[in-house]
Amino acid sequence: MALASSVATSPRVGVWSHPWVRFGVRRLGRLLVSLWVLVTASFLMIHLIPGDPVRAALGPTAPAALVAAKREEMGLDDPLLAQYWHYLQSLFTGDLGTSITLQLPVSQVIAQRLPATLALAFLAFAVAVAIAVPLGVTMGVRTRRGHGRRTELAFTGTSVVLGIIPDFLLGVLLVYVFAVTLGWLPVAGNDSPSAYVLPVLALAVGPAAILARIIRVEMVTVLQADFVRTARAKRLPARTVHLGHALPNALTASLTLGGLILTSMVAGTVLVENVFAWPGLGSMIVSSILNKDYQVVQAIVLVYGVGVLLVNTLVDVALALLDPRSMIRED
Amino acid sequence: MSELRFEGVTVRYGATTAVDDVSLVVPPGSVVGLVGESGSGKSTLARAAVGLAPVCAGLITVGGAPVPSRGRRPLQMVFQDPYSSLDPRMSIGESVAEAMPRGAGRAERRAEVARLLELVHLDPTRAAARPAELSGGQRQRVALARALAGRPQVVIADEITSALDVSIQGAVLNLVRELQRELGLSILFISHNLAVVRYVATHVAVMRDGRIVEEGATDRVLAAPDHDYTRELLAAVPGLSTPTRSPR
Amino acid sequence: MKRWMSVLRTPVGLTATVLSIGVLVLAVVAPLLWTDNADAIDTDDILAGPSAQHWAGTDNLGRDIFYRTLVATRLSVELALAATVIAVVVGLLIGTAPYLLGRRPGRVVLAGTNIAVAFPGILLALFFAVIFGVGAKGAVLAIGFAGAPTFGRLTQTLVAGISSRDFVAAAHVAGVPRLRILFRHVLPNVSEPLVVNATIGAGAALLSFAGLSFLGLGVQQPAYDWGRLLFDGIGSIYVNPAAALAPGIAVLVAGLAFNLFGESVAKGLGVGVVGGIPALPPSPEALEADAPAAEQAHGSGTDLVLDVRDLEVAFPGPTGPIRPVRGVSFSVRRGEALGIVGESGSGKSLTALAVSRLVEAPGRVDAARLDLLGSDLRVEETKAQRRLLGTSLAMVFQDPMTSFNPTRRMGGQLAEGARHHQGLDRASALARAVDRMRAVRISEPERRAHQYPHEFSGGMRQRAMIGMGLMGSPALIVADEPTTALDVTVQQQVLDLLAAIRAAEDVALVLISHDVTVVGEVCDRVLVMYAGKIVEDLPAADLAATARHPYTRALVAAVPDMDTDLDAPLAVIPGRPVDPADVPAGCAFAARCPLATARCHAEEPPLEADGTGRRVACWHAGEPIDLEVDGSLLGRDEREEVEAR
Repeated sequence: MALASSVATSPRVGVWSHPWVRFGVRRLGRLLVSLWVLVTASFLMIHLIPGDPVRAALGPTAPAALVAAKREEMGLDDPLLAQYWHYLQSLFTGDLGTSITLQLPVSQVIAQRLPATLALAFLAFAVAVAIAVPLGVTMGVRTRRGHGRRTELAFTGTSVVLGIIPDFLLGVLLVYVFAVTLGWLPVAGNDSPSAYVLPVLALAVGPAAILARIIRVEMVTVLQADFVRTARAKRLPARTVHLGHALPNALTASLTLGGLILTSMVAGTVLVENVFAWPGLGSMIVSSILNKDYQVVQAIVLVYGVGVLLVNTLVDVALALLDPRSMIRED
Repeated sequence: MSELRFEGVTVRYGATTAVDDVSLVVPPGSVVGLVGESGSGKSTLARAAVGLAPVCAGLITVGGAPVPSRGRRPLQMVFQDPYSSLDPRMSIGESVAEAMPRGAGRAERRAEVARLLELVHLDPTRAAARPAELSGGQRQRVALARALAGRPQVVIADEITSALDVSIQGAVLNLVRELQRELGLSILFISHNLAVVRYVATHVAVMRDGRIVEEGATDRVLAAPDHDYTRELLAAVPGLSTPTRSPR
Repeated sequence: MKRWMSVLRTPVGLTATVLSIGVLVLAVVAPLLWTDNADAIDTDDILAGPSAQHWAGTDNLGRDIFYRTLVATRLSVELALAATVIAVVVGLLIGTAPYLLGRRPGRVVLAGTNIAVAFPGILLALFFAVIFGVGAKGAVLAIGFAGAPTFGRLTQTLVAGISSRDFVAAAHVAGVPRLRILFRHVLPNVSEPLVVNATIGAGAALLSFAGLSFLGLGVQQPAYDWGRLLFDGIGSIYVNPAAALAPGIAVLVAGLAFNLFGESVAKGLGVGVVGGIPALPPSPEALEADAPAAEQAHGSGTDLVLDVRDLEVAFPGPTGPIRPVRGVSFSVRRGEALGIVGESGSGKSLTALAVSRLVEAPGRVDAARLDLLGSDLRVEETKAQRRLLGTSLAMVFQDPMTSFNPTRRMGGQLAEGARHHQGLDRASALARAVDRMRAVRISEPERRAHQYPHEFSGGMRQRAMIGMGLMGSPALIVADEPTTALDVTVQQQVLDLLAAIRAAEDVALVLISHDVTVVGEVCDRVLVMYAGKIVEDLPAADLAATARHPYTRALVAAVPDMDTDLDAPLAVIPGRPVDPADVPAGCAFAARCPLATARCHAEEPPLEADGTGRRVACWHAGEPIDLEVDGSLLGRDEREEVEAR
């Protein structure tokens, strides 16, 4: 195939023909387009809100002069394109505006809140992967080709249920059992290491269950692949066949779906932070929405969006490292 | 019946040229075999003729008139994979009827479906059967009946036997020859198998890398090929101790 | 419909169905019955814990939380369904747009969907919640639009899958308009997965709604859904945990019910498509397999590479074991090339896998003898035996595209076995791999060894596969349809290579193929298999002229070659190949055989050797077959008349 198509393709020479370069350029292009869409969407968000956002933020009792002054300050009376241009400019300089309710620069608010959210997301991320990969692989090997029907049923049943339970409900349940009833762990906050346990679990258990299920299915599929038969025909030990040949392929297949799950964990922090009164961006965005502090909302949406895009890009790079075909697949 | 004519046809996908300036004529009432290996562009040429591939340059005519890219076409196609070419949710009768010209009454359509199924040696009482109930060979007969339902002047058969078991392949080839003889169809018969092409086609064209490298009467091309690539293809036919091995 | 009913037969499916229906009934009934109980304010009994009177306690106005949870079912379900409808409708528009709009505008829609799908639903929901405003209406729109990209993406994938099928192409060619094709061919074929996913989506919407209300962004007082109750309950979790738990459990049960219902329907429909193979219990007669007469026919045991007696392969079926290989005996001598031909389902490939010990459980291999180079392969696998197999048995599989690990470099894949079995270090194993690649005529082997499989052409990959078998010192090469996936000219190169290796190293070859002409060209001897048994064993040179089994003869006559008579129709074998799950009594070929008599249908012919070492299993071996003008073979009735006389 590769040979046949290369015959008729117009020749590309030099550095641009290297698959890694082409992959990098294409992926970077996609990242930039996505970023642009994200920035534009967050800009438009404020303008799509029905009514006057400043009036909404300051409340109906605020004097008209104050509203007008604030609108002036935010440049809301300029033409839309000018505002857009201004918005892009200030983004590049790191100026995200000022919070109406807190009377602080938004960038400062975010700098305060971001570390807590990042810590939570990273820990949950690591826990989910650390549970899902070994569990999924073991289950895949043990339940392949109709082996271990009972194990499969128990595993699939449990993981489906755990995967469906939303993180905030799980959080409430964990709080009730371990904090309220047993009193082992703190109910809220992030002042002690033990305070991390419940939020991280609430965030990680569902994705870990789904991820483990995906990895099991992929493992079962890969174990039936022709190249695994080839590996067995080489009479390699079972361990080498499973870990050396099947696992990398199962992981690449899982990564595509797994990436979506990992990004959903980034957003999952919003709900979990609200359960545990975690002082991060998630609790901030909700109170800002309720207070109609739109500059803050806009900035936090942007931060979350960038986080999602970065995770996506990392997943694609990992995929390219694991499976060289994925680099050229979209060509 | 009319002739199918390709004049300087070029098909490009992005930077890839799949068919490169091909001219080929299927004379009225004759079978022309088109042979070549995978990637040679033979299937793309067929798809271009029925409007399934974009033609960048050149002209495809049937009976002198350009093939319309929308609506009913004067030529029909039979595909390689009998498991993908019939809608699993439609009865075979419905599939055949769909390809018939509009305007006929219900009873008339049913009679026509029965006639077509009989023509391809299928029991007309099975018109209500779903494709899943049929074997690969039977499905390929249905596909032939559907192609004939469009009252085509030209039929393109794209590797129609290569997905079939050997014991069934013979029956489909016999049917193709029979239909051609009885209905006087013009057929472009595409295959990678020289022996199959030799059996059904009076003329043969050899395609490679998007171009036609040789064409002529089948017995002439197979007995005294002009082009090295044709010789190479002939030498590769298994079980053949031919005198035509190319000098190395 | 029958397949939908099968969903009810699994315990999970039944539970999910009952629960889903229960939730829907409750949604209709609860507000009618219990609104008064739910709204009754009792200021004397606020924030009370569970009691006989108030099962889940009361809220800050003394209202009964249990009844409020029941009544909230309607609003929760209504809002979730409304959001799902929005998601499905918008998703369908997004999903079918690329098909209807054509290439260029379609690609823009696809790219847009790709970007939107990358953002998690809850983030999109928050974004839209800001735009549409806090409250029930805003939340419905927000969750609906947030779900649309995922559903649209799914629809796009499904539609693209169906519209690339040939029957859609055929409809185009028949002049059916695009929109009509969409409604007549495409949407019906994707409807099942769409319905299933919409159901799962409804469950997800329910949970998302609870999430938004929980954040205080959804339903506002005095209206209440489960999320709102949860939001209020969590504030008083220390005083009355039941106030948070009751709505929490309600959300969970309803969400799970919809989700599991969708999942089990998906599973049920999938099973309905794949399963349902009927299987016969094995007949005891069939177990008395091929005659041992052949044992003497093939010379002394010393130069035997492979010796197989009464080989059987069985798989568990729904109603008893399915036996695709039913008693096969043959042997291969050093340097001999043995061909095995047969149609799909004849058991030829499984025979190859069984003799190479590659049939995996639940498949079972039984044999009276299964010796490779004198080592019994029926016993538990030992390390020594693994080494023997790893170095002296080479396998070549059908599809070179899929038979290499796509994530590893070629050189490493070749070297791997040598490192394990021959104890070579990395460098010398790689050097050997390069040497072997050169031996199978791969140009620039040093460079090629560092490439990945997808950078090789099909023929080159198949040669590399052969090279991999040559890493050790093979005595036997088992090649299963090694050229079927290749072009004719490449096929010839691979066959030439196999022949050259055989000649140079005195290696035995077992070549499995459906193509009589390929086997006839390469092999010394040919086994013809039908329905899991050998029906004829003869020298390859005799295939065309003096084959005696009617199946062999028909097989040869049905395939046109370069000498086929152009004026005569090709021979036709009526009927279809035998399904391994449903092997008839007597001779398995009888139903398709022009020579079949009553005896053939009742009694299975043994595989008997004649004096020359040829074997055939037929009661009418070698009898003449008349070809009729129309191409069909002589009818069975006439034949039986002849027999009766």
